[in-house]
Amino acid sequence: MPDAPGLELILAEINREHPGAVLDTSFDREQAALIIDPAKVVEVLTWLKESPGQEYTFLSSVHGADHFPLTPRFAVHYELLNRERYERLRVKAVIADPAKVMEVDGELLPVVPSVVELFPTADFQEREVYDFFGIVFEGHPDLRRILMPEDYVGWPQRRDFPVGGEPVIFTRDEVTNPGWWQ
Amino acid sequence: MARVEDTLHDREVRQAGAMGEAGTLRDEEITVSDFTTELSERIPGVEFELEPEQEMLTVNMGPHHPATHGVLRLVVDLEGEVVKDLKPVIGYVHTGIEKSCETMQYWKVIPFVERMDYLSYFFNMQAYVGAVEQLTGLEVPRRAQWLRVLHMELNRIHSHLVWLGTTALDLGAMGVYFYCFRDRDRVLDTFEMSTGQRMHTRYFQIGGVAEDIPAGFEQKVRKLIEQLKTGIGQYEALLDKNEIFLIRTKDVGVVPKERLIDLGVTGPLLRAAGEPWDLRKEGGYLAYPELDFDVPVGTVGDGYDRYRVRLTEMRESLKIIEQILDGLPEGPWVADDRKYALPPRAELSTSMESLIHHFKLVTEGFRVEPGEVYNPIESPRGELGCFVMADGSSKPARVHFREPSFVNLQALADMTIGEYVADLIQTLAMLDPILGGIDR
Repeated sequence: MPDAPGLELILAEINREHPGAVLDTSFDREQAALIIDPAKVVEVLTWLKESPGQEYTFLSSVHGADHFPLTPRFAVHYELLNRERYERLRVKAVIADPAKVMEVDGELLPVVPSVVELFPTADFQEREVYDFFGIVFEGHPDLRRILMPEDYVGWPQRRDFPVGGEPVIFTRDEVTNPGWWQ
Repeated sequence: MARVEDTLHDREVRQAGAMGEAGTLRDEEITVSDFTTELSERIPGVEFELEPEQEMLTVNMGPHHPATHGVLRLVVDLEGEVVKDLKPVIGYVHTGIEKSCETMQYWKVIPFVERMDYLSYFFNMQAYVGAVEQLTGLEVPRRAQWLRVLHMELNRIHSHLVWLGTTALDLGAMGVYFYCFRDRDRVLDTFEMSTGQRMHTRYFQIGGVAEDIPAGFEQKVRKLIEQLKTGIGQYEALLDKNEIFLIRTKDVGVVPKERLIDLGVTGPLLRAAGEPWDLRKEGGYLAYPELDFDVPVGTVGDGYDRYRVRLTEMRESLKIIEQILDGLPEGPWVADDRKYALPPRAELSTSMESLIHHFKLVTEGFRVEPGEVYNPIESPRGELGCFVMADGSSKPARVHFREPSFVNLQALADMTIGEYVADLIQTLAMLDPILGGIDR
């Protein structure tokens, strides 16, 4: 992990190249994180991957987070790794209101640029975030649901999505008591 | 009446002649239409129609196919025998474990996450428990760390044994399967002795392990090590120079390591391609920095290297287990911070404080200050990361697992496109996907 002063150095250098991209930094529980503007995800990740001295060339994980009922609500986290120095850096694209939105089936969904071009490993993981949080990745080659059924309605990992259950339908109950599950 | 085989044979002979004359294969000389016309001439009254040779055939492999090691569906575009495109379709055993974890107290999540990747339950536990320990700042006693490593390495052997048995079965070596499951059962017996369960043991606690190992455990594990050493030697004797196995695995499914890293592939697949990347060495979590072991790497990155890397890893795991049995430190096996770890059962009848702590921990659980932690460990399949987000309550706000099987599956298309469909079975088996982990 870069330590707290190292994180500030990264912040200063990114701000020189891409002013306004990094909103904040956090160093918590020995883990460093950059909080960035979602519109600048590709620029920041490209800079972190390619500029000499940084070289965070491995993307471990992409996952979504929902801070409901707090605002800003959604965030997409990128866990970057420098394999030479074994340093991990979390980049959090916090989707603040008013966010860039896209209408999908009559619903307004927040939009984040896709990083599949930069890190091919993000393919399945961005699909997973889309599937569970309803965050659209602009530029993703094949953005479909991945784990939920194709015809599923709703974004199950959002915090306001209820944990429900489906009634277990036994055929024996259907005979004696039709419609018992309703 | 002329038999069709004769005609086919004639054609081959003529083609060979054409090759011999010119030195190169001249496909245009014999076309499909020539062939059918010839057949209709020789067998009058029957209309022959052959499919054009270039036609693509889309085949669903799975979801219920014994070679997919679970409920995985592969949509494969075939041109003849050659794979031209491949798309994995997953989600058939998705059970929403990550969502369910958000409704559980921190300590009740442990048995839930164990059941994702059902062959590496100790690793799932360690990834989650380690993340919560980092969130709460809890110190794990040294003995607990060593016991965790002991169980995780036994688990790695168990996972690789199941992999080896099913892979050999896919390649037609029936006997290896039975030998592997014999040894796997012995590993499970040791788990039963120390934890009470064969699988899904819930042995790791937040702050340590559930209880100390029983008397006689060390002798049992030492006996197991001897048996496994013999066993691994037997598998090597069966497979290392087996001609069928060599033909099926050599130079099949090779992807350069730079591409594997771009695709996020970790674990034995990456090491087989020649990249010595192992989080046990790099990350140095738990007791691993104190232990001496090597990281096996391959050179080519084909199926055979993957097999060799995993087999050597089993030997290295045995080395680690022996060191642990020799140097297991004495001391407590769970942290004595009563705010997070349950007090010993005997204290409940004598200490009011302990009773209160026990009651609070069991009914409400402990609260965790807001924050987030990503804890990666080296599972048998690669980097297993657990992301836990706390919001100040006694339940996690988000639990996410970076499953190595899920990420590694993306490399399957790169490994198989352009190769034969029979090699797809081999490559998929060498990938070692666990669908419980992929779908979560």
